[in-house]
Amino acid sequence: MWSDFFTVSVFVATLASGIRLATPFLLAALGEAVGQRSGVLNLGVEGVMLIGAFAAYFTKLKTESTVLAVLVALGVGAVMGLIYAFVTVIMQAAQGISGIGIYLFGLGFTDLLFQKQVGTPQPIPKLAKVEIPLLSDIPWIGEIFFQHNLLVYLAFLLVPVAWFMINKTTFGLNIRAVGETPEAADTLGVSVNLTRTFTIVIGNTMAGLAGAALALEVGIFQQNLTAGQGFIAIALVYFGAWRPVGVMSGALLFGIVSATVLTLKTLGIVEGAASSLLAMAPAILTIVVLVVVSRRIAAPAALTRPFDRAAS
Amino acid sequence: MTTTEAVHEDAPSDPDSGGVGGSFAFAAVKPLAGLVVPVCAVAAALAVGSVMLLALGTNPLRGYAALIDGAFGGWDALADTSIKAMPLLLVGVGICIAFRAGVINIGGEGQIIAGAILSTSLALTIPDTPRIILVPLVLIAGAVGGGIWGTIPGALKAYAGVSEILATIMMNIIAAQFLSFLLQDLLIEEGAIKIQQTERVDANSHLPLLPGGTRLHLGVLIAILVAVLGYLLLFRTSLGMRLRSVGHNPHASKYAGMAVNRSIVQAMAFSGACAGVAGAILVFGSESHRLIGEGGASAFTQSAGFNGIVAALFGALHPLWTIPASFFFGGMLTGGIQLQQELQVPAALIVALNGVVVIFVVGSLKLRTRVNRWVERHEGAPVQPHKDVVDGGVMSGVE
Amino acid sequence: MRIRTTPKTAVALVAGLALVAGACGSDDDSSDSADDAEEAVDEAEETLDSVADEAEEAVDTAVDDTEEATENSAAEETDEAAGDGETIRVGIVAPSASNDLAFTQSMVDSVERVEAERDLEVAITDGTFVVEDAAAAIRGYAEDGFDLVIAHGSQYGGPLEEIAPDFPEVSFAWGTSVDTFGLDNVYAYTTNADLGGYVNGVMAAQLTESDVIGVVGPVEVGDAKLYVDGFSNGVAATNPDVTVNVNYIESFSDVALASEAATSLVANGADILTGTAQMVVGATGVATESGLPWFGTQSNQTPLGEDIVVASQVYHWEIVLNQMLDSLEGGTLGGETYTLTFENGGLEMEYNDAFELDEAVRASADEAVAGLTDGSLTTGVTE
Repeated sequence: MWSDFFTVSVFVATLASGIRLATPFLLAALGEAVGQRSGVLNLGVEGVMLIGAFAAYFTKLKTESTVLAVLVALGVGAVMGLIYAFVTVIMQAAQGISGIGIYLFGLGFTDLLFQKQVGTPQPIPKLAKVEIPLLSDIPWIGEIFFQHNLLVYLAFLLVPVAWFMINKTTFGLNIRAVGETPEAADTLGVSVNLTRTFTIVIGNTMAGLAGAALALEVGIFQQNLTAGQGFIAIALVYFGAWRPVGVMSGALLFGIVSATVLTLKTLGIVEGAASSLLAMAPAILTIVVLVVVSRRIAAPAALTRPFDRAAS
Repeated sequence: MTTTEAVHEDAPSDPDSGGVGGSFAFAAVKPLAGLVVPVCAVAAALAVGSVMLLALGTNPLRGYAALIDGAFGGWDALADTSIKAMPLLLVGVGICIAFRAGVINIGGEGQIIAGAILSTSLALTIPDTPRIILVPLVLIAGAVGGGIWGTIPGALKAYAGVSEILATIMMNIIAAQFLSFLLQDLLIEEGAIKIQQTERVDANSHLPLLPGGTRLHLGVLIAILVAVLGYLLLFRTSLGMRLRSVGHNPHASKYAGMAVNRSIVQAMAFSGACAGVAGAILVFGSESHRLIGEGGASAFTQSAGFNGIVAALFGALHPLWTIPASFFFGGMLTGGIQLQQELQVPAALIVALNGVVVIFVVGSLKLRTRVNRWVERHEGAPVQPHKDVVDGGVMSGVE
Repeated sequence: MRIRTTPKTAVALVAGLALVAGACGSDDDSSDSADDAEEAVDEAEETLDSVADEAEEAVDTAVDDTEEATENSAAEETDEAAGDGETIRVGIVAPSASNDLAFTQSMVDSVERVEAERDLEVAITDGTFVVEDAAAAIRGYAEDGFDLVIAHGSQYGGPLEEIAPDFPEVSFAWGTSVDTFGLDNVYAYTTNADLGGYVNGVMAAQLTESDVIGVVGPVEVGDAKLYVDGFSNGVAATNPDVTVNVNYIESFSDVALASEAATSLVANGADILTGTAQMVVGATGVATESGLPWFGTQSNQTPLGEDIVVASQVYHWEIVLNQMLDSLEGGTLGGETYTLTFENGGLEMEYNDAFELDEAVRASADEAVAGLTDGSLTTGVTE
């Protein structure tokens, strides 16, 4: 049995599967990381993912256009971002509870819409795989990395983009300044609230995209489709210590361990109740790895603190 | 009287700091003016709900009548609402303790499950114990189970630098899977068709029903008692003062010689214990008197681990204010069932509506302070800019 | 008729508003806040007193009404027993959505089919995956004087065992289960899901070319286990060389994991897929994408894959419903267990016409159904 597991083809398939599973986490967590770098915690990722997932699913179902589906998901994500920005930046509401409000809204509202607008589960075509010319022909590597749908590539391409934006652009400098010392940033003429509004919209748009990636990957929608993925994404932001590459490592760890568990079950190596114990593995390993690696990087100092110029 | 003192106690001494307790602190105003904004916010949220109901082809008035009737219309409905509010309140009290100590506990789900597992295991192990002993014992077991499940992320945060947000989310997953494992193996009921549930626990462990002929059981009173104890702990003991101080300003507390790390672990232990008690009550006060995990862990926890956070924050992270807040959300959830049965409106609407209520009410707090300022100004009271600070944090940079 | 009195609603409104006010309560810190709060407490106490008074009245009225209603419904019941054509009120409580193309829908569809022939008034509370909510709904239907309350989920047995004795006049049905708790107002109903699983397995074993078949399951208990075990035995009986890889994903709801589990099965050689429970909608997508045949169960799953669904085992609960309603009209409220089988027509294989199934395979399936019907064949599943 175990000999079945230690074969190249199984390894390759498992890693490819891990990358697919990591994609929604990665998209959502990258967006959340950008938001948190500017000092805004958004616990509503799960809700926005659900809204994005439903929007993409419904658009695809009605128009059969994938491009439109993704655009609509991005759009509703951005709108949710504007709402969240209005509530937490302009109205300066507590971020933790506002996010949970967004989560509850997304959970209930998409369930309601699905029941009333779709009703019975109707499949949509899954997003087609795009094999990257030449690269996808490389043995093993090609199958692991270069035979996925476009949103998978996009998610991983956004890692360097996010890194560049945060570390190498003026906007990124503003984000970090606003997240660490908003008062000082304000003195220097950086608009704290505008910067945060931007990062929130970016974060929510990414969450919407993560939802779309999920819905288009599984080709269906149902109540609570995300099943906790948005919360795991938030956890991964902490795992990655707010760094895009760290976040990506976390998403890959979680995704690949999940995929390995599935493979072990598929091959019959783990059976019965023990497979329940094994299903804990991604969660346990995430904690263990973090303890072992133990990078004590401080959170953005102004995380969750609204900025009120009158009070500073 | 405690309420009055509580209100007084709750005021952050330094509104400018990043204390967690400040999230709902407003400047003082005449009660009437102070209520205008939140009532308007709830009304606005209900207006959004009306639009949704209209879109579903339901008369909003009939919808809300059904909702309110289902939640508060008669003793049975009030009992159901109270039972629904129970886990929200217990988790909420735990949230008050953790958040005030600067620790974000999103692990209520896992802590409920851990409390339920330990208490159920105990009750199944010693079934023939007299009721007067067994009932307190299972509640304590619940507290211990939840406490352990809370202590782990607390210790991870304090001594290994693992964010409690990450740890509690992961601990939820672990608890849910562990429950599923136990209900396939060690704890599953013997039966012709295997169902993921334990044996019925012994009658001696059942929480007694309160007189009055409703489903109301002792668990609801225990929840309220825990809320009072939580209040006393936070505001009447030196331990509570230390916890709040650590949450308020960890660095200053450290310089003042307080054991910050130990406080974090203690806060999470208490927080988890409260949720664990909810887990025990969900078993021993339930209709079924057993732990049922069929269909997923949230079928058992009722998502109280999350909804309790909402209740606590609505209650201004104050254990006593969390009581009415829990009953409000408990009522929404109970009324939602009636709404569905009577008008065939999906209960999902209520989940969405709860979200809208949360967003509108927390979103309007700033507006409220502006109204307050306006009132103060027009009454000639000195304007105190510092009081405007509505701290958004549910945590400060404790890391 | 539903009982509703104005005072009750009034109480509710007052209580509701009081709670809203409480929920929005502030924690003031000014010197006069103490006074304000005290006032507020006083007010609240007064309100509470008046609420209590009103509520008492309301309860009195309600009790009166209920007594009346009970008398009325008792009278109605007598009528029912006497003459045919009286409406029977059926309440259904189910864990997932009415149109889930799986367990819940199988019951809802069946009740609709019964409704076409009998005079029924049906009310459904679906999506009640929280067991205690289901308990409240079951109790609610019983209190409202429904004649038959169907608790459509094996997880509802726990609460039902406690609720049913409180309502000796109401008939309850619980499934899937074989246990009536020894109560004479509880019916149990179940399905031999292994039968259709076996037939699906017989076909799958002949269709596979890779000699590997993949199964996506939720948790290894109950109906899901029955179906999967029946399927595996059907495959083994037809072609022992075929491997059946079963992946229980440990979740009833995680569609993404179900999808990835199916992908994993395919990656490891499976060229036929099947699965059970509501999260399989994630797995059928993989089958469609890869163009692999899919075998369904619980409800006709052809809508999930017009091109790839070969056949579905469909539950016809109307068989047991009609038996229950017949004996209900005869004055028996429970105490019996009904099982869906091929023999009583409760199980049926429905084929997807769009899938070109080899004649010989179809014939072998029909043969298996015939054998399982007359008892000359067994699935070998002994749970």
